[in-house]
Formats: sequence, C-alpha cells, structure tokens
Amino acid sequence: MSERVGIEVSIALAEAVKQANVDVVAAYPITPQTHIVEHLSELVADGELDAEFIPVESEHSAMSCSIGAAAAGARVFTATSSQGMALMVEIVFIASSLRLPIVMAMANRAMSGPISIWNDHSDIMLARDTGWIQTVAENGQEMYDSLFHAYRVAEDHGVLLPMIINMDGFTVSHVIEPIEILDQKDVDKYLKPYDWAQRLDPKNPITMGPVGMPEVYTEARMALEEAVKASKPTILKGWKEFGDLTGRYYNPVETYLTEDADTILVTMGSIGETAMTAVDGMRAKGHKVGVARIRLYRPFPNEEVVAALKNAKYVGVVDRYLSFGGNGGPLATEIRSLFYNQSSRPFIFNFIAGLGGRDVTVENFEEMASDVKSLASSNSSELYQIINVRE
Amino acid sequence: MGTATAALKDFQKYSMKKLPRVEPLAPGHRACQGCTEVLALRQVMKAIGDNVIVCSATGCMEIITSPWPQTAWRTPWLHVAFENAAAVASGVESGYKALIRKGRIKDENTVFMAVAGDGGTADIGLQALSGALERGHNFLYVCLDNEAYMNTGIQRSSSTPYGAMTTTSPPGKQSIGQATLKKDVAAIAAAHNIPYVATACPAYPVDLMNKAKKAATIPGPAYLHVFSPCCTGWRLAPERSVEAARLAVETRVFPLYEVIDGNWILSKDVKSPKPVQEYLQHQRRFRHLTEDDIKTIQEQVDAKYERLLQRIGQTSSGAEGSSEE
Repeated sequence: MSERVGIEVSIALAEAVKQANVDVVAAYPITPQTHIVEHLSELVADGELDAEFIPVESEHSAMSCSIGAAAAGARVFTATSSQGMALMVEIVFIASSLRLPIVMAMANRAMSGPISIWNDHSDIMLARDTGWIQTVAENGQEMYDSLFHAYRVAEDHGVLLPMIINMDGFTVSHVIEPIEILDQKDVDKYLKPYDWAQRLDPKNPITMGPVGMPEVYTEARMALEEAVKASKPTILKGWKEFGDLTGRYYNPVETYLTEDADTILVTMGSIGETAMTAVDGMRAKGHKVGVARIRLYRPFPNEEVVAALKNAKYVGVVDRYLSFGGNGGPLATEIRSLFYNQSSRPFIFNFIAGLGGRDVTVENFEEMASDVKSLASSNSSELYQIINVRE
Repeated sequence: MGTATAALKDFQKYSMKKLPRVEPLAPGHRACQGCTEVLALRQVMKAIGDNVIVCSATGCMEIITSPWPQTAWRTPWLHVAFENAAAVASGVESGYKALIRKGRIKDENTVFMAVAGDGGTADIGLQALSGALERGHNFLYVCLDNEAYMNTGIQRSSSTPYGAMTTTSPPGKQSIGQATLKKDVAAIAAAHNIPYVATACPAYPVDLMNKAKKAATIPGPAYLHVFSPCCTGWRLAPERSVEAARLAVETRVFPLYEVIDGNWILSKDVKSPKPVQEYLQHQRRFRHLTEDDIKTIQEQVDAKYERLLQRIGQTSSGAEGSSEE
C-alpha cells in the first residue's frame, strides 16, 4: 500500500530515484536542483541506494558521465536547471542520438542575464530540439510519479530515448506537499530492472558515435525524428498502467472545464493550478472559460491539443519564455502553426508571463481571459504581449 | 608501498622479442601517410589488448577510424564529443563498477581508456580530465600530442611549441609564430597525485607499450602523454615522422619519464644530447626561425630538462634508464 506523507518535492523525487534502483547518479549542483542531488548523495552515503554517485566538476561532465554509464548498461539519473542545461546542451543532443535511456530531472529556472535563480521555462525550451522526450509536471505528486514513468518509457526497447521530467523551480521543487509514496512492491511491478538493448562489452564489441557523412546524416536524423514520434503510444501506455496501479491517470494534455468553454487558457507547469482557481472564479461569474495544460511537451501532443482547443473561440497561450525578435513564445508559435491547416480554428493569442520568478496571479489569468476576447475583435496584427511589465 | 608500486611488483615487461600479437585497432583506417598518432594508438592498443573499452574524443583518430558504416575498432568504442573523453570514460567505469557490485555483470578486469589529442587534452578537455583524475576513477587517459589542432587544419593549441608556425600562429613581421611555451600537461596530471603518469613516443615502441600496459594495470587513474609527430601539420616528409619522434627524445625536446606514486623516474637518460637544430631542421613549421631563435629554443629545452632532472633528484634515487633500444 502506498503511504501519504508531507515531504519536500525534491526529497520525494530523490526517494523515487532510490525506489527505481538507479545504478549511477552523475550531477553538478545548481539552484534550484540541489536538494534532489544532496538527498541522493545522502542515500548513497547511508547505503540506502546502491549506486555510484559521481560528483562531477560540471554539468557538461554530468551529461558526459551519464552517457558513458548508460552505454555501459547502467540505469542513470541526473538533474539540472537553466545554466546547467545550457552548459551540457551539446552533450544532451548526443545522448538522444546514441539512443541512451537516461532520465534527467529539471527544476526549471530562468537563463541569465541578468542572473536569476527563479523559475521560468528557459531551460525546457533550450532542450526542446535535442531529441529528448519531455514532460512537465504541475505538482509534486506528478513529479514523483513521473520518475517511474520516465524509466518505463525511456528503457522500452521500442523507444530507447532519454527523457527530461520538468518541474518548476522552487514553486514545485522546494514545496512541502502531501505526496503518496509508492510501495516498493508496486514500483517493482511497474518498473522492471533495466534490460539493455546493447551495451559496451568487450565480448561483443560495438562502435558507438561514429562519423556521419552527408550520405547518412539525414537518415540518422530522420530515424531520431521517427523514434521520438513513435514513443507516444508507449508514453500513453505507461500512464495508463500507472493509473491502473495507483489510481492516478495522466494525459498528454489535461483539460479543466474546456468542453463548453468559449475561451481556453493554455498553460504548462505549476501555473496551471492558479489558472484553474481563476477559472473557478470566472465560471462563478458566468464566463465560459477553461484551462488546457500541456503535460507532454515532446513529442508534442498534436491530436490532444487540437481536440482540446478546436471548439473554443478564443485561446490564450501562456508562455514562460520568449524568443526574442520572433513571434512570441515557443508554445504559442507551435500551437498556432498546428491550427493553421485546420478547417476551423480559434483566435490564438500569446501571453508571455512569469519570467524569472514573476508571479502569475489569479487576476492575471482573469485579465488574459478577458483580453484575448477583446484582442480578437480588435483586428490587431499583434501576436503576443508580455504581461505584468512594471513601468 | 604506493598503489602503483604495489600493482607493478610482478610486472611482466614486453620486449622486442616478446611483443603482443593482438591488434585491437584494425588496419584499413584513413590516417595520413606517416601518421605517428595512429602508430602510437596501435602500440597502445596492442599493449592493452582487447579487454578494453575505448572512449575517444573528437579528432583525427576518431574520424579516421569510424566513418559509418565502417569501423577500425575491434574493441568497444564510444565517441561522444571533443572535450569530454575523460568524463565519458569515468561514466563507463562507474557504470561497470555499479553493475559488478550489484551482480548484474561479471568482473572481468576490463580496462577503461580515454584517448584525445593535445587540443582535447591541454585546452578544451583539461577540466574534464582534471575532474576525472581528481575523482580517482580506475582508467587510463592517453593524450596523443601532435602539437596543434590538426583535424581542423593545423591551428595552434596550448601544446604547440614556441616558434612553431600554425594556421593561427603564423610567423610575420610582428610574430615569431607560436609565442608561448608548450603547456606541460603530464606535470599537471602528476599534480593530481595520481598513481601513474608517463611520457612516451612511438619511436620507442617497447617503452611506449610497457608504459601503456602499466597504466592499464595500475588501479586508479593513469595518464600517458604520447608525443606524436604529424607530417601534415608539421610540414614533414612522411618517412621522417618516426625519426622526428626519436630526435625529440635525443635532443631532450621531449624527455621520456614516469611518475610512479609521485616518484619521478627518467626512462631514457639522454647524457649527450643532440642540438635542437637537428630536430627542428626537417620540419617546415620551424623554417622561418633565425639562428637566434633556435638558440632561444635550445636554452628553453636545456632549462626545462634541468628542471626535470631536479624533480627526479628530489623524488628518487635517479634514472632507471632505457635498456631495450
């Protein structure tokens, strides 16, 4: 039986890593990821987790060590945030092309500068095109649960891809929440020991990471594209079976009161909970507003996003990152592009909010829901706004 | 007794008559004619045998051995990027360690090796190397030093010697060529207090192979710095590359030594060195140098060798000497 305890989310996640019986942890400290790896090093030091903890000298080496260990056949965990992702991103690309099922937790944080330890989605977007599967948790329970799902999916022989599980830095990572900790028997039922497809073994030598000449590079990238796309059924199956085991069912896109909504706000991460609170208030005043929250970011859940939004008249997509000089945030740009070829589509407007730890409040969501309507009738060519900017 | 000293107690040396037949690095790769880097790598691999996992940095040795779908590697081989060979090898070693301890694989004394060029070691990979040495992983790191970024077209590295012409240290009215002294990575490695550090060059193959075998035998980190003339980058006739390696030793430009448990030991005591001019003259990367420049280089070489002898005097009873060649 599972047990509900009050626990800091980072600590709960480290406990999940222990329950997953990870073999190697390679990590470098960066706020707000630190509590995860501090607790992991304690678990290793106390003999509660039988793993090699590699206290590397940089995030670049954290990912490099992770690749080496995964290629040796080990189940590997690492964790980082913003600047750390930026430093390791070169190697992040290579992990997916080597098809190594590493799991990495990101406590999402803004990119410098100015330097900020607070939360936004800069690092999610930095890792966006790396060929990793990415999910984004809304709360601590979801983050804890994600860890088991991630290994289950990543190590599936039909997938064999690395996976990032995201949570907002501080607002999720450092919060003490009531979390249902799984019984080890249930974990073992859900997650079998890592059954490597191939590994570095002198008895069966393989060459990994060869040169890709122009004749093969496109095909190699195509193979990765197909692998990421093809991972979706396994992701869904993993969630279904997790739900059957625990009663907690997860979906690529979570919807809240969207069925009859004329206005839908799209969020990713922990602000979804604030958005739902705002929706409750607006519904009480008679406004037909709903929330769609993106949980699966890569592969992007096209079908589910279209299904969730297609009947709305107005969609406000909230991005916690901005592509400078472009057309707003990556999430909105992607959703707008997804609807371009649909026969009917809602008016889609992009709000940039919550950069570098700026609060996104219930009032902000109420304003966004109201603004997206008035913008739709204004015939403006404006595509996005940065909200909450101080004068 | 130190870690290395204990591990080498019953060390069986190779000799010219007793060389390993195994060739973990297959012929048919795409190296240039006269490449001593691949020659050195072949010697290292022969010495270590085929129970090894090789983690290669990006560079000449990586591209010439692995254009997909071909491979010259008969042992497991992993290339990730340029600056992280040491980190990758430390990951492989840790993975093995955990899996062996947890009973998922058998312990068969597999050797873990990282290999990189001088750019991947002295410059961009120095941090990853230092980290892996400091953490004490059981692996050997082989730096194949051809004194510039040859794979990208002969740009200077911090391992390029004073006065050398490269494409980014061109001699000119305001420039002698490379204006700085060669970074001493072997000494940097030794400063990590690891059990074994050695310098070698493929003109002394038995010495090189014994050092590679020692580096693989000793538990903990080992660092092998291999001097590897590059005909293409040094503007040297291919048939002169092994000779250049030998002359580097005979002129004291590149001394051969070991650091075993902190004891510095000369492998080959060059008692009557040849003038550096003999080493420099066949390499067109040095052809712009004046007599005064060469005199300066001679003084640098003498001073550096003197410092090495002082170190050896301070830490051991003296030179072991090289008897085999």
